[in-house]
Amino acid sequence: MTEQDQTTGNAASPAVPALAVTDLSHRIGGRTVLDSVSITVPASRFVVLLGQNGAGKTTLFSLVTRLYSAQAGLIRIFGHELRKESSAALSQLGVVFQQRALDPDLSAYQNLWYHAALHGMPWGTARRRINEELGRVGLAKEAKRKIRGFSGGEARRVEIARALLHNPRLLLCDEATVGLDIRSRADIMADVRGLVRERALTVLWATHLIDEVQPDDLTIILHQGKVLHQGPASGIVADVGAASLNDAFRRITEGRAA
Amino acid sequence: MTAAVWFRCFIGIVWREGLRFIQQRSRFVSALVRPLIWLFVFAAGFRSVLGVSIVPPYETYILYDEYIIPGLIAMIQLFNGMQSSLSMVYDREMGSMRVLLTSPVPRWYLLVSKLVAGTLLSLPQVYVFLLIAWLYGIQLTPLGYITVIPALLLSGLMLGALGLLLSSMIRQLENFAGVMNFIIFPMFFASSALYPLWKVEEASPLLHDICAYNPFTYAVELIRFLLYVKFDVLAATNAKVVAAFLIVFLGGAIAAYDPAKGLIARVRAGGGAGA
Repeated sequence: MTEQDQTTGNAASPAVPALAVTDLSHRIGGRTVLDSVSITVPASRFVVLLGQNGAGKTTLFSLVTRLYSAQAGLIRIFGHELRKESSAALSQLGVVFQQRALDPDLSAYQNLWYHAALHGMPWGTARRRINEELGRVGLAKEAKRKIRGFSGGEARRVEIARALLHNPRLLLCDEATVGLDIRSRADIMADVRGLVRERALTVLWATHLIDEVQPDDLTIILHQGKVLHQGPASGIVADVGAASLNDAFRRITEGRAA
Repeated sequence: MTAAVWFRCFIGIVWREGLRFIQQRSRFVSALVRPLIWLFVFAAGFRSVLGVSIVPPYETYILYDEYIIPGLIAMIQLFNGMQSSLSMVYDREMGSMRVLLTSPVPRWYLLVSKLVAGTLLSLPQVYVFLLIAWLYGIQLTPLGYITVIPALLLSGLMLGALGLLLSSMIRQLENFAGVMNFIIFPMFFASSALYPLWKVEEASPLLHDICAYNPFTYAVELIRFLLYVKFDVLAATNAKVVAAFLIVFLGGAIAAYDPAKGLIARVRAGGGAGA
């Protein structure tokens, strides 16, 4: 095993779910934001976490990335329990946050280099991977430009490149296309879906945009902190007897409106 | 996780803090201008009205502008520590702190690395200030410029740890003005930075007691003793007190940033993060 393998902890069996969340509950300011949430994200799949604004998606991501700890429940990332084996678990994760998380005063290259250092990547590997990832997202020539001058779509591509830099096995994308034009959204969606096919990457894609969901996508519907449905999008439509996922989503969530 | 991973992580944090410091030239200039104004204007005015008697570590009468040099050095470090705190709050608002906090390296180590990086950045600021003071005519024992380094590191760490702790409590950048009014100014003025404690006691025993409980006083005195190459019991006492406050502040900061029980979750909850 190489040093980088050790860093990323690529030791779990393929049968182990990429992400297993069990009975996760969390309250913020007296309000229950997540209520006994249990989800399973199988490895090497594109999984959609679908929910309206305020459904609890960002809180769930904050708990899975251990920005703060859950008050109840268990989170396992490729079998590593987040609370007890946080280093092993976090090394498997790449994250694209909803809020921009790039330093605007650093260049794209410098932002990625900082991330590589935080993951303890060897310098040579870091340089190679930065060039590879910036090239892959079509920003190799912009590597030395400061982020402040990037468009929203370009900045998102840098964030995706950064999230993949340390070869994570699970990529979390929280509303990654919000605020982008149609072309940039389509490019980013195609890019991330391609990663699932080509690299066997697991992606958990949080969104409130139903048009980003494809019929075969495993879809988790989160509403007011509760998981209302899990399964292939086409199956959800069939289960509800709806004409479309949009219709199914409306029926499921309206039936649970507070 | 290997030692090499930890080392690279540390280098990355120091590199980023250094880069940010270089990019913010105004920060360097203001870090110097502030104590220099005190030295050139305040001290020049007070030189004629405030005599400093022979108190340790001094062995003879000294001019007032020489007396306040350690206090102004500590002032540079105090502002540097608060600047690090400010950058943590800025990072949180900009979202880039998430990148730091989701590193697989333990969070306490990330905070300690941040703290060490900030302390190291205070050293060039201090030495440029000492160089200007030297050119101005305040020339200290040559050996003192070297022996003061451990004091600068310890006091820089203590003041930086205070900054880290404060950064966990501040919700928004706008709230930072409160830190200036309620932390920085009281710490600086209620200390031995500008006046010897015996002089303060003459004016107000209560103020003397406040100064005696102020950790900044011990940082100033530690710097003063080591700047004059005095490694005696008083210097050791100052070092112990500064180290004790370092442990308290750093422990508090680590607890505050702990994902399980820290203040960050509460700050975030109140800060209007998306659900």
